[in-house]
Amino acid sequence: MKIIVCIKQVPDTTNVRINPETNTLVREGVQSIINPFDVYAIEEAVRLKEKHGATVTVITMGPPQAAEALREAISLGADDARLVSDRAFAGADTLATAYALSCAVRHLGGDAKAPAGGVDVILMGRQAIDGDTGQVGPGVAENLDISHVTDIRKIEEIKDGRIVVERLLEEGYARIAARLPVVLTVVKEINTPRLPSLKGKLAAKKAEIPVLKASDIGADPERLGLNGSPTQVMKIFTPPKPGGGKKFTGEPAETVGAFLTELAAAGITIRKR
Amino acid sequence: MNYFLTDDQKMIKDLAAQIAREKIAPIAAELDESQQFPWDVVKTLAQSDLFRVFIPTEYEGLGGGMFEMCLVVEELSRACSGIALAYAASGLGTIPIILFGNEEQKKKYLPRLAAGEILAAFGLTEPGAGSDAAGIKTTAKPDGDSFVINGTKQWITNGGEAAIYTLIALTDPARGVRGSSAILVDKDHPGFTFGKKENKMGIRASATRELVFQDCRVPKTNLLAKEGMGFLVAMKTLDQSRPGVASQALGIAQGALDKAVEYSRERHQFGKPISAFQGIQFMLADMATQVEAARSLTYAAARSIDAGEKDVSRLSAMAKVFASDTAMKVTTDAVQVLGGYGYMKDYPVEKMMRDAKITQIYEGTNQIQREVIALGLIKESVRGKK
Repeated sequence: MKIIVCIKQVPDTTNVRINPETNTLVREGVQSIINPFDVYAIEEAVRLKEKHGATVTVITMGPPQAAEALREAISLGADDARLVSDRAFAGADTLATAYALSCAVRHLGGDAKAPAGGVDVILMGRQAIDGDTGQVGPGVAENLDISHVTDIRKIEEIKDGRIVVERLLEEGYARIAARLPVVLTVVKEINTPRLPSLKGKLAAKKAEIPVLKASDIGADPERLGLNGSPTQVMKIFTPPKPGGGKKFTGEPAETVGAFLTELAAAGITIRKR
Repeated sequence: MNYFLTDDQKMIKDLAAQIAREKIAPIAAELDESQQFPWDVVKTLAQSDLFRVFIPTEYEGLGGGMFEMCLVVEELSRACSGIALAYAASGLGTIPIILFGNEEQKKKYLPRLAAGEILAAFGLTEPGAGSDAAGIKTTAKPDGDSFVINGTKQWITNGGEAAIYTLIALTDPARGVRGSSAILVDKDHPGFTFGKKENKMGIRASATRELVFQDCRVPKTNLLAKEGMGFLVAMKTLDQSRPGVASQALGIAQGALDKAVEYSRERHQFGKPISAFQGIQFMLADMATQVEAARSLTYAAARSIDAGEKDVSRLSAMAKVFASDTAMKVTTDAVQVLGGYGYMKDYPVEKMMRDAKITQIYEGTNQIQREVIALGLIKESVRGKK
């Protein structure tokens, strides 16, 4: 079985600064990590490999320093990694990103005639914690013309080219069967990621991480980067904190009374039953 | 302080620290209370390859030595030395196989120990033979192709949890200590049972049990080294393992120091953080100085062993004495810095103080260690005069 995990390197904080002129994130001085949801995807891929036998390749589209995230993925159990990196990808929105990743998947599958190039399962986190769109997974699937299931909390079985998964819903879950190849995006309920191993870390240190350029993956330049991105970020801002409010502290016996008095003063009365 | 760790050693230290932080610290107080054996942590350590670090590469280890083991024990012990002991005591049980095992024995046990599938233990102490280890009474009578073992080993760490035990027993009681031998015994061997789990003052997440042998028949192929070499196997093993106890003590001391510094900055009295008072500052300064000195001595001992130094008894005894006395002193002072809160179980330092005490006692009391050091000095002096 061939598994590809798509990951994203993201800044390790919710307190990122934003450059007001370009409306992009200021990445300097902020530590980068693997998007936390993607770590669950890596773990699930490694578990599938342990259970069914598979090769796990991790890819990311990003600048050269994103190779660090790929090395970390290898230390967590992935077999190898590719960095999809080219100036042509710069400024990509989710549509252009999904297109480029789908080209990389097909290229890595190696079989031009097979659906998804012969890759069986494509895994990723449900969304990246910086952009929070959740669009890239389904986008990759559409570009490859294969099915996708988002928000997977469990992979029940893979058998005879068919996969059964549980998809997390707001209340409960849906049990879904899909034909392989398939794109799955996972939620954190799916597993508890293991810590890296020393063997994995040693392998990561030594690993060569080949770079795939736009021409390597046979991508149409018109659909890449800014050219291929119909959406533009107009403005990024921190929403104002809701103001006002009053906190009542102390013993409940006193604070409840004070609270009710305050409500009454504001013209709100509570009807007794 | 720069201890010139290689990249691989830094990697080992960082990974052990991550496990201590994420998997051990959150459960340390709970396991101290429940005395539950930390199998989940053992599984994590195994998955992370940490049991491999001190095992030769031919047997699926990563080829490091005692220094690598010490780095792991220190980091784990910063969070909980009781949990760390499952790892360290397995190391102690593994050392005699590495040092004295024949090819067949190494092939049988080391790969599984490296993978962390099984734990090891070491059985020397008996009810009547503690510091006077030569006073052991357990016998392993040769009978055809077997030894028939009878007797009781006491306070054996990992007892009942480990799958493989290195046992020191008398194969020729008439010759006393010269008639002792080291024998490997598997947990499920008929005639081998365990006493109840001891209820201890500290290191309560570790398992300490009696090993009871009643006509336990093991094949002679389980003999380590040669008949009559049991005491030598024990002494050489302990020479190697003492820096492990030292690093456990070191980790406890460092963990207590970290808590004391953190608390002193948060706790306000007389309108200031107590870290602003010289009385506290001087305590913290002394604690930190002692910890660093203990680290230097412990690392030096472990590195000397790995460098193949011939006589390491004295240095490894010094490391054990100094680091364990430091742990006792620093944890006691940490409780003092935290004051009344330090005495309460809501804060981790009282546990560290209870945990520290054992490091002055086991694997040779600090009094015995001082004897080893002094004897080394005197021998050297006598030799020098000749």
